[in-house]
Amino acid sequence: MGYASKSPWVIHYDGSSCNGCDIEVLATLCPGFDGERFGVINTGNPKHADIFLVTGSVNEQNISVVREIYDQMIEPKVVVACGICACTGGIFKDCYNVIGGVDQAIPVDVYAPGCAVRPETLIDAIVKGVAVLDEKAASLKATEKAR
Amino acid sequence: MQIIGFLIIFPLIAALALLLIRQNTARNVIVYISGAAIACGSIVLAATYMGAQAVYFEFASEIVDYLCTAVSCICVVIIVAFAVKYKNVFAAILALIQMVVVLYVEFSFASQMEVEFGLYVDSLSVIMSLIIGIIGSGICVYAIGYMEDFQAHEPETAKDRRPTFFAIMFIFLSAMFAIVLSNNMSWMFTAWEVTTLCSFLLIGYTKTEEAIRNAFRQIIMNLAGGIGFIVALWFCAAQVGTLSFADFLSIGINNPQIVAIPITFLAFAGITKAAQMPFQTWLLGAMVAPTPTSALLHSSTMVKAGVFLLVKLAPLFLLNPIASVMVMLVGGVTFLLCSFMAISQSNAKRVLAYSTIANLGLITMCAGVGTPEAVWAAIFLIVFHAIAKSLLFLCVGTAEHHIGSRDIEDMDLLFERMPRLARLMMLGIMCMFIAPFGMLVAKWAALVSFVNMDQVALILILAFGSAATFMFWAKWLGKLAGVAGQPKNVELDVHVSEWIAIMLMAILLVFACVALPVISAYMVEPYVVEVYGFLGQDISFDNLFIASICVVVVVIALFAGLGRSKARQVDIYLAGVSKDNEKREFQNSLSGQTVATARNWYMNDIFGEARIAPVGVIFNSVIMCCAIVLALVGITLI
Amino acid sequence: MEFFEGLIITIAASVVFAIIAPVVGCLLAGVDRVISARMQGRVGPPLLQPYYDVRKLMGKEKVSVNTVQGAYVVCAFIFACLAGGIFFSGGNLLMCVFVITLSSLFLIMAAWSSRSPYSEVGASRETLQVMSYEPMVLIFAVAFYMATALILPLDGLGSFNVSSAFMLNVPVITYVWPVFIGLLFILTIKLRKSPFDLSMSHHAHQEIVRGITTEMSGPTLALVEILHWCENVLFLGWVGVFFIWGTWWSVLIAIAVALVVYFIEILIDNNFARVKWQFMLKSAWVVALIGGVNIAVLAYM
Repeated sequence: MGYASKSPWVIHYDGSSCNGCDIEVLATLCPGFDGERFGVINTGNPKHADIFLVTGSVNEQNISVVREIYDQMIEPKVVVACGICACTGGIFKDCYNVIGGVDQAIPVDVYAPGCAVRPETLIDAIVKGVAVLDEKAASLKATEKAR
Repeated sequence: MQIIGFLIIFPLIAALALLLIRQNTARNVIVYISGAAIACGSIVLAATYMGAQAVYFEFASEIVDYLCTAVSCICVVIIVAFAVKYKNVFAAILALIQMVVVLYVEFSFASQMEVEFGLYVDSLSVIMSLIIGIIGSGICVYAIGYMEDFQAHEPETAKDRRPTFFAIMFIFLSAMFAIVLSNNMSWMFTAWEVTTLCSFLLIGYTKTEEAIRNAFRQIIMNLAGGIGFIVALWFCAAQVGTLSFADFLSIGINNPQIVAIPITFLAFAGITKAAQMPFQTWLLGAMVAPTPTSALLHSSTMVKAGVFLLVKLAPLFLLNPIASVMVMLVGGVTFLLCSFMAISQSNAKRVLAYSTIANLGLITMCAGVGTPEAVWAAIFLIVFHAIAKSLLFLCVGTAEHHIGSRDIEDMDLLFERMPRLARLMMLGIMCMFIAPFGMLVAKWAALVSFVNMDQVALILILAFGSAATFMFWAKWLGKLAGVAGQPKNVELDVHVSEWIAIMLMAILLVFACVALPVISAYMVEPYVVEVYGFLGQDISFDNLFIASICVVVVVIALFAGLGRSKARQVDIYLAGVSKDNEKREFQNSLSGQTVATARNWYMNDIFGEARIAPVGVIFNSVIMCCAIVLALVGITLI
Repeated sequence: MEFFEGLIITIAASVVFAIIAPVVGCLLAGVDRVISARMQGRVGPPLLQPYYDVRKLMGKEKVSVNTVQGAYVVCAFIFACLAGGIFFSGGNLLMCVFVITLSSLFLIMAAWSSRSPYSEVGASRETLQVMSYEPMVLIFAVAFYMATALILPLDGLGSFNVSSAFMLNVPVITYVWPVFIGLLFILTIKLRKSPFDLSMSHHAHQEIVRGITTEMSGPTLALVEILHWCENVLFLGWVGVFFIWGTWWSVLIAIAVALVVYFIEILIDNNFARVKWQFMLKSAWVVALIGGVNIAVLAYM
């Protein structure tokens, strides 16, 4: 296991969600579930984050924000779509300004379904994301060596 | 001795030539050549007398005595003429009082009192000559390009008064040489008055209403100081019985009681010249003048004459508690409060002015303490302050002409717009307040000397004042350090003469910082040993050496290796969607566009001038009045 | 060439410090996070979590907002190590204080060079923090000198050299305990602990994003973390020097005290909300004045 997986710092962005998933995301990081056991830290700065937790669907208004945060994160990075809205657009899918799931804006690595998503599911998703992170870190190292 | 004569007389000849020749190219050539000649002259002087014991030259002449009295009178006449023209009664009255006292002292005492050794050289005057000769003439060279731009900004019809300007600058240098090299105190006084008059003319150069007002403020305060000086001479002649500075000092050391009154008045004169509170306003007012004037007044001349006198008197302060307390407290309070007030300023020249006054306060404090360590510190403060401050003034002046503002807030992105200038300015700023540069090493020595004398009040003043110093310099430095995008480089058309002078200062600064241990061993320590007979506990040599190595590291970090980074360049984080990252423009929550702006902190409600200045003015005035009254009624506490 | 010897010792000590201090500082940071978690009723991360964080940051892609920021951070790190080397080789305490200030200045410049609004606010606040704690730090150095002057058997001359602590009959704390308490107060600022974590907080980092480190990422951020570890070790050294005297086991006492102080700082960190800058400036300066009273008493002893 590489070091990338041992300290997954997360950044959390709320798209057009009903806030149910956001509360669950924060609950995951609070003492009850204590995400810091696995080195998870909530940062407010995309430049410091490894995992991007997005809740809610992507719409015309926020798509550029989601893209900008993703672009400003530094490789290796992983995106987790938290909750069914973030995965597919959920019950908001047919709204006139909703584009769809997060994968309409940026590449998503892990889908964590649920309405709202449960903290246990989220921890599972982060652990899965961490494995992806390790893979990406390894390939980044390989390309750097090759250069 | 010929070299001394050269240093005093040659600038006068140059001034005369500049006054007569009104052709631009010819003037530039004269300034270049005489600047170089004066600098070489001071270097020759330094090479000849470096590290040696003080040398006194037998030189006494009735003619020079009368000439000096005549020059003093001419100064008064010129001042009175201006006072009449601009209807300033107060200046005229002070000038006339001064003339009466001068004539009285000259004809009742001084004419019978011959000073056998009229001129002298010791390590301190060598250092001062180097400062005047190299930095002073560097500033004159800088003025060539600056004044050309300055004239270009003036309306077409304005008369070209540059010949007068340059002539006064050179007369100024001559007078400064006379102050630091004459042993005859009445000659020294004449030179002192000439510097006052010259700065009056230079401050009032633009002839705007503000300039005239500030020039008169300067002349009134310095005439008061001049009267203090001549009163001191009166007591010297009447009570001590000598007008030779060296004799005066040695008599004072053997018999402190007798010199109590003259040194109090001389200290008063030094304090006015060094613009200590409550006289700080003249130096702030002097900022209306063209930048070379400010640089000359602040770094190498004028104010340095004041602290030079105080440092000379330092051994006597050690023996005269009342004068010593006066000088220490006035300097200390000035240092502390002016450092505070500098925080609240956004005009770069005013920040520099407050920092100058604060540093002069520190030098004054050291002189007041009067121990060998304190004098060591004071001399280094003079040296580094002269170099770093002139560098900063020249940089600010050039920046002002190219970005059209002297406000620190407008210096945003100077690092990109004027890459070389900004880095030099950063170097100058760092030299003013941070280890390992010279100023801080000198402050360190000052702290050690205060500790050894158990001067708790001064220790606290130094601690808090240095903290405030960090604040106002660091935020300016930060403003300069910003890097973003590729704005237009506007420094390509800076005059060659300006670059020459700025680079000269920068090289001197790095040299002086790196060579600090050597300068200490060969120039400063000989003076201290000569005056006190021993050195005191100074900063050990290996610490100085670590400091010089750090200087090299910092300079390399500033100038080399930058701009070569393998890392991928990314935009800054603006929380939201950036629209124009270089301008820091982002899309706000209403889909409109907002530009992020960040200004420095000025904390006006804590460190504002209105709140702090009156405290210092009242406190220092009371202190000085008390000290003078005590001296006059004969209470000396010795 | 006696002074070359001194120079070589200082440089060698700085190199050793640059190797050992990160290890110690990393463990201290790990302990901090575990204890903080326990205080909040959590299990908390593994002890080596700070090490994992830094290793991860080093493996990230190298990006930068400009070409100078990295160089400034490296300078800050070098000077912090030099300060540590000077202190732990028994060098001049004032020199150590000045060099660590230089290190802070470089970090401030690194933040300012980015021109990010959040970094700039952080840098401004950091400058204010330096202004707040600087008087007390200088008074600490002076008090050390004055106390050694009273204790050392020389005729009234003290020493700024840290090594002279080992020549004392009694530790300096006996004379300067008010200064010690004052130093603890500003230590909260220097260790970037709540309630004085204005410029760059480890916890609630939403209001100015991450303050001065907002624009630092990957390896640069890792170096900043290591820099903080080194600084923490140095500052705890300052705490310990109060308890050193002429026996070898006084070092153990000094280490014990430093650890207790560190625990108290963690406790404060977890129990106080952040204050406004006005309160920080005024309280730190009042504390420095109290330290000034202490040295005034020493001056008349």
